[in-house]
Amino acid sequence: MKRSFPIFAVLTALLLGYAFYEAMFVAPTDQMQGDVYRIIYYHVPSAWTMFIFFLTNFVASVVYLVRRNPKADAVAAAAAEIGVVFCTVVLVTGPIWARPVWGIWWTWDTRLTSTLVLWLIYVSYLMLRRFSSGGQAPVLAAALAVFGALDMPLVYFSIWFFRTQHPQPVVGDGGSIDPRMWHVWLLNWAAFLCFGLLVFWKRYQLEILQQEVNETQALQTLHDPRSSQ
Amino acid sequence: MSRPSGILRATLAKDLRLEWRSKDAINSMLFFALLVVVIFSFSFDPLAEESRRIAGGLIWVAFLFAAVTALNQTWARELRNQVLDAYRISPAPANSLFLAKAFGNFIFVIVLEALMTPLFIIFYNLRAVGPAWELIPVAVLGTWALVVNGTFFAAVSVRTRSREIMLPLLLFPFSIPALVAMVNATTNLLTGEDSTKYWIVLLATYDLVFTIACLVLFETVLQAE
Repeated sequence: MKRSFPIFAVLTALLLGYAFYEAMFVAPTDQMQGDVYRIIYYHVPSAWTMFIFFLTNFVASVVYLVRRNPKADAVAAAAAEIGVVFCTVVLVTGPIWARPVWGIWWTWDTRLTSTLVLWLIYVSYLMLRRFSSGGQAPVLAAALAVFGALDMPLVYFSIWFFRTQHPQPVVGDGGSIDPRMWHVWLLNWAAFLCFGLLVFWKRYQLEILQQEVNETQALQTLHDPRSSQ
Repeated sequence: MSRPSGILRATLAKDLRLEWRSKDAINSMLFFALLVVVIFSFSFDPLAEESRRIAGGLIWVAFLFAAVTALNQTWARELRNQVLDAYRISPAPANSLFLAKAFGNFIFVIVLEALMTPLFIIFYNLRAVGPAWELIPVAVLGTWALVVNGTFFAAVSVRTRSREIMLPLLLFPFSIPALVAMVNATTNLLTGEDSTKYWIVLLATYDLVFTIACLVLFETVLQAE
């Protein structure tokens, strides 16, 4: 078990390197957009990875509310943080790509705006975790995660209806995608997912250790109340 | 052992009486909303036609900000003398307490809106082109949307450090769909350009979903140790 982490880390590094090589040099250049389209290999895999981690956070939060298992809370905390990181990558790479292709940095269309709101919701989730103390944090955060999951469809529909009269940016869909692009796309997704899991693994272990520290400290205070003063 | 509705009524009556005597929430909300109106008018300097377009947004942003000042006091008031701990160990159903607090806040914010709306109309020279009576369902559903989540998140934020700041940080991101619906419904009514039906349905869905969610999760949050 102890050795599997470095092995996984090395494999992830190799996979990331190979995926980078494929995305930059092997994948064919887009007919319409030229080389700038290659950011798609970072933008879209990050978005998919983000969804997986936010989904993990939601499932773990529900499990925590039902079972009160501290491990589920550790999973939720780690998944939310990594989800926010990938969401940030999506929100940063999006405008970098949009500027040369659409001619603007940002547009308030449905997908962009709901991703931004999703980011806001999860940042508020992390703030709540940070500002609530000890034993309450897991319950409050889990409740907030459930609220977030309920809120997202409403966010999507409200913005969708708000923006239907505006022109939708066309993001390569509809047109045919070279099968080689698909291959590179999935490869990059696998690489980023592995990287996410790698970080998640450590973050989860850290959270479990933190829980143990808190527990030990609480027990010590119970045995010897003066030691905490 | 009294019935849940009895507990609800008693708590609501207590909060209303407290408010009637102190007028803390309503005074701070009114003055705050007034300041927002004045500051907005300096920042935008709107003409009549333009103001009809932006007034929906201004009104609701002012009410949202003002409501936070009242919502913050909802549970903070109960921290003094350990009243909240007493609630926690009492056999009274948690949801009666939650509904009483939510109804109380709803009444405060509705009173605020009733007092502030005429002022808005005067300051911004508003005249609705669409059917003005539809503002009533929009206001009722919209206020409940802010207040039901606001009361819940106030119960969450009262358990954290720096609780006064925490409430808007939690409430604003989650209120975005409701705010979009309220603002667009109001703007459509003022300009008479589009129907409000879709937005009212969206608000009603938001209210239903989050009222149920609050009732399901409130006891968990109240008892969180």
